[in-house]
Amino acid sequence: MNNSKRSGEPILKVDNLQVSYGKIAAVRGISFEVYRGEIVALLGANGAGKTTTLNALTGVIPIKDGTITFNGKRIRNLATNKITEMGMVHVPEGRHIFPDLTVGENLRIAAYLYEGKDRNLFLERRESVFALFPTLKERINQQGGTLSGGEQQMLAIGRALITGCEMLLLDEPSMGLAPMLVKEILSTVEKIAKNGQTILLVEQNAMMAMDIATYSYVLETGKIVYEGTSDSIKSQDKIVKVYLG
Amino acid sequence: MNINIIIQQVINFLQLGSIYALCALSFTMVYGVARLVNFAHGSIFGVSMYVLFFASTFLFERIKSPWFVYVIVLIIASVVTSLIALLLESAAYKPLKNAPKIAVVVSSVGAGMAIQYLILNLAGSKALRMPALIPNLRIELAGIPVPLYKIMVIVIAILTMVILNVIIKGTRLGVAMRAVSQDRIAAGFMGIDTGRVVSASFVFGAVIASVAASLYGTAYSIFAYDVGEGIIWWSFIAAVLGGIGSISGAVLGGYIIGAISIIAPILLPVSSYKDIVAFAVLIIVLLVKPTGLMGKKDIEKI
Ligand SMILES: Nc1ncnc2c1ncn2[C@@H]1O[C@H](COP(=O)(O)OP(=O)(O)O)[C@@H](O)[C@H]1O
Ligand SMILES: [Mg+2]
Repeated sequence: MNNSKRSGEPILKVDNLQVSYGKIAAVRGISFEVYRGEIVALLGANGAGKTTTLNALTGVIPIKDGTITFNGKRIRNLATNKITEMGMVHVPEGRHIFPDLTVGENLRIAAYLYEGKDRNLFLERRESVFALFPTLKERINQQGGTLSGGEQQMLAIGRALITGCEMLLLDEPSMGLAPMLVKEILSTVEKIAKNGQTILLVEQNAMMAMDIATYSYVLETGKIVYEGTSDSIKSQDKIVKVYLG
Repeated sequence: MNINIIIQQVINFLQLGSIYALCALSFTMVYGVARLVNFAHGSIFGVSMYVLFFASTFLFERIKSPWFVYVIVLIIASVVTSLIALLLESAAYKPLKNAPKIAVVVSSVGAGMAIQYLILNLAGSKALRMPALIPNLRIELAGIPVPLYKIMVIVIAILTMVILNVIIKGTRLGVAMRAVSQDRIAAGFMGIDTGRVVSASFVFGAVIASVAASLYGTAYSIFAYDVGEGIIWWSFIAAVLGGIGSISGAVLGGYIIGAISIIAPILLPVSSYKDIVAFAVLIIVLLVKPTGLMGKKDIEKI
């Protein structure tokens, strides 16, 4: 893994992002960049502000200050659906699949923005999702809410891919999954990146995340306390022990 | 009881049940999509009644074709109440987006009262008689004379429910409504403009309430400024009985309340005991199944 991609114009540039819940500052002026085709990890302990950061990026919660530039456009405080339209899609913590829709319907809703105009595009994208996650094809008529945790995570990622996004924001895809399954999901994430997606990966599971991420930021109580290539972070015992243990 | 009376009562039940079902449906739309208990909805129904009254009184003097007038006044009432519903949404609900649920309920009750008193001030407290919106021919059903308007009330109500079902199951907007209903945040991630979908649910509620008002006016003709109060009350009970937010539940609840309202007075000594029966049924159902007959645990509502 190298960091040769870290130059030029980043696809996502976050500058001095600040988010508060009432008087409590959850994200306190963080800046980071993600370059095209990269997997960047945002690491940190529970409560560090990772989910808050992703929610702020996709307009789920309002931003107090800072600028966010995606693909050269300012997206601060745009509505969530507009950000999806621009090509950045959030796969949230807890998956948030539609529990009473079938797997097939969950995937189809992801084509909401274009299916009416181009049904073949939807079918094409769905095929590539089935190639990544064959289980979804087997379970196409099963209700989303009846899937196992791992399958729900696959569905959530598959659904995001069907929107046709350029960049995925993944919030703890490994949460609650058995170690074997975590490996499988993360290696699929790596595959997705090889297919051309850019990925911002939020994980508590730092060591595993750094196995696939080229560059990582370490977040603690709303501040970035360290950044570097995953290899350089892994080699520093102190950081691993203090922030990522 | 002879067969003639039984048929009459069955038709009365279907008529009243259809009207309750539509009212409950119109009330449950907003809850199903946006999880808002819209107690101002009764006033929307009241506005509908007055718009239908004034518009049809005006048009019947000038246009001879009654069905044409019916369609026109229904469109006018739908447009007017949709605009009021959207106004209500932006004045009474949107500012409270992050407020506790109880604040929203209080706000909706207050907005409803404001609209009702506006009606009182503009139109007075005198009871009015709705012109015959649906022409009243008599037809014979198996030798028994039945007023056509009763059949038409039932047919129009069921048609409205079928159309709504087609929209929700088969159109892009319907898919978006189902998605927002199940998980509003995830719907946003899918590119759905959730704010617009919520607004659409207010419009759906207003249009269905207008259809219901036209049927109520046809069936019972006399009404006054507080007509919406009783309606919202029974709609709420029917919707909760069936499972609030659930469309099929609202329909079922509406017909059950309709059945109780027709059967109880026949069997019980005092006709107002029907209210007690309705409450008893509601309480028993909620004890056995707290989510209502068709309700699920806070998932798929429409
Ligand atoms: N809805 C909320 N209201 C108030 N505080 C919150 C809310 N969500 C998160 N927080 C607080 O913000 C901080 C960051 O939380 P979060 O972004 O969820 O962290 P992470 O995803 O890194 O575990 C925590 O202190 C958390 O308690
Ligand atoms: Mg989190």
